[in-house]
Amino acid sequence: MIEIDVSLARSTGFRLEARFDAPGSGVTALFGRSGSGKTTIIQLVAGSIRPDAGRIAVDGETFFDSARGIDIGMEKRGCGYVFQDARLFPHMSVENNLRYGERRARRARTIGFDAVVQMLGIAHLLKRRPHTLSGGEKQRVAIGRALLSQPRLLLMDEPLASLDEMRKGEILPYLERLRDELALPILYVSHSVEEVLRLSDAVAAVADGKVIACGGLSDVLSRPELLPVLGRFDLGTILDCVVTAHDPELGLSTVAFADGELRVPLVGRPIGAAARVRIRSRDVSLSLSRPIDVSVTNRIGGTISSIRRAEGPFSDVELALPHGRLHALVTQESVIRLGLEPGMQVWAMIKAVTVDSRPAGFQSPGSEILSPPSSPAAPAPVRPAPPALRVVAGGNPPQEPS
Amino acid sequence: MLTPEEWTAVRLSLHVAFWATVWSLPPAILIGWVLARFDFPGKGVFDGIVHLPLVLPKVVVGYLLLITLGNRGYLGQYLHEWFGISLIFSTAGATVAAAVVSFPLTVNAIRLAIGGIDRGIETAARTLGASRLDAFFTVTLPLMMPGVLSGCLISLASALGEFGATITFVSNVEGQTRTIPLAIYSATHMPDGDAMALRLTVVSVILALGALILAEMADRRIKLALGQL
Repeated sequence: MIEIDVSLARSTGFRLEARFDAPGSGVTALFGRSGSGKTTIIQLVAGSIRPDAGRIAVDGETFFDSARGIDIGMEKRGCGYVFQDARLFPHMSVENNLRYGERRARRARTIGFDAVVQMLGIAHLLKRRPHTLSGGEKQRVAIGRALLSQPRLLLMDEPLASLDEMRKGEILPYLERLRDELALPILYVSHSVEEVLRLSDAVAAVADGKVIACGGLSDVLSRPELLPVLGRFDLGTILDCVVTAHDPELGLSTVAFADGELRVPLVGRPIGAAARVRIRSRDVSLSLSRPIDVSVTNRIGGTISSIRRAEGPFSDVELALPHGRLHALVTQESVIRLGLEPGMQVWAMIKAVTVDSRPAGFQSPGSEILSPPSSPAAPAPVRPAPPALRVVAGGNPPQEPS
Repeated sequence: MLTPEEWTAVRLSLHVAFWATVWSLPPAILIGWVLARFDFPGKGVFDGIVHLPLVLPKVVVGYLLLITLGNRGYLGQYLHEWFGISLIFSTAGATVAAAVVSFPLTVNAIRLAIGGIDRGIETAARTLGASRLDAFFTVTLPLMMPGVLSGCLISLASALGEFGATITFVSNVEGQTRTIPLAIYSATHMPDGDAMALRLTVVSVILALGALILAEMADRRIKLALGQL
């Protein structure tokens, strides 16, 4: 458990009042616009800047407590820090960069040199100098260097932000392995929804120096009231699914979630594997009757739970499914023409689905809007085995597989 | 080529410049680091004192050295009484004069070099478990080597050229304090000293050029090692 309750006023006029608890396992994304204070928060945890007042503790060990006069030195905190710019030591070989933290590790060695080198695919770079590496390679070495210092907590400050799309694609799988193979809590700063969706279990939303919400990923990100502060993006609906079938001939896979099944483009994962599916609201249209003669394959029935005016001519319609919800973005004109109201039963037609290879099975612990001085509470996310899924039939209206 | 007297002046100049540089380097690195990286009350005054030898007339610096470190100076009398150290008329005194005069130049070169090092890289070292001192010796110091080198060169050059403070503090004693500039000065006062002055001038030019070329070569090697080329 990472407990943070700090305040800081900078000479620039920026004020930070951060109060939240992050789970002691998994990836917690600090998500918000640039300049919102995300990086400042992890700098406070690392100890490279000092809060004016408050308390920071990790796994029960107090790093900083202004009331008790505690301020543990940066080098004794055991926080591995991966910077946006890799910050490798230019006068050392890659190997000596990696060994720098390892030699100075204060905690028992649980993360081995060879394992890290292999996991990050940097064995062939060991003798090279940092200035001969590509941006993506530098960042992998920086991650390895942080891991080998045997940290209790990994802080990552937009490790992909300075890389182009190609390089991002190169690093992301390594970050996923890191998350899945090491039992190391990670605080991950990002302003990219894609990264947060792909990597994180829990989210702390940051705006104007405040943590405005904290909790499970889909819970926090789908809160409409956070849209104005976090910036506009079409999060849509996130469903944690399990791959149930492949049909290579048609180029399709079937994934199942608590409220039914979806046909998606062929997923490169075995049957039984977890997959996180994202459905953008604008890719969902609504029908009053059960659609039959349409090209759209994925159709799910549900009950309208709310209609909320979105930007421009659009409205966000939220459907309640037996175990979850689904967002659709339709024009206000359609809402009027179809007479849509909460409580109505409708069919959602899903035109496009994005599958992240992220292992699902993470259960969002429920989120709670935090406003100081209310008590922070973010239960640790648990990673149970993917729940046994069954196609929900006989509900009303019945769901329609493909 | 050179007379024995001239050789003595050249040897003495190199000796004084070398030791003045060596002795002033560690404190120059320390003070350059403090000035580049720390803010503290009175920093302006401290900075001013460090730079005083640069802006004061060199003769004034020499006179200040005389009244502090001379045999009857505020500190010098104790050096003389307790340790039997006498700086006046001695090569050690000439070295002190050269070191004091070149010190601010060295500090500035090093301070500039440290200012150019990304603090973030020191922070990275700290998060990897290095104490402040450890990070200084393993990261900051190696990265500031180009600055240290240029500081050394400036120090050598200014020590080789030191005149005013030396002649005021330790006088012009052949074999003890008569470095090349002082020897040239003496030569211009001798009826047939023109040839000697000219020869020593040529030596000065050769020394200066040689130092520049050596420094350039060393700079390339260091930057290559740091991946800056």
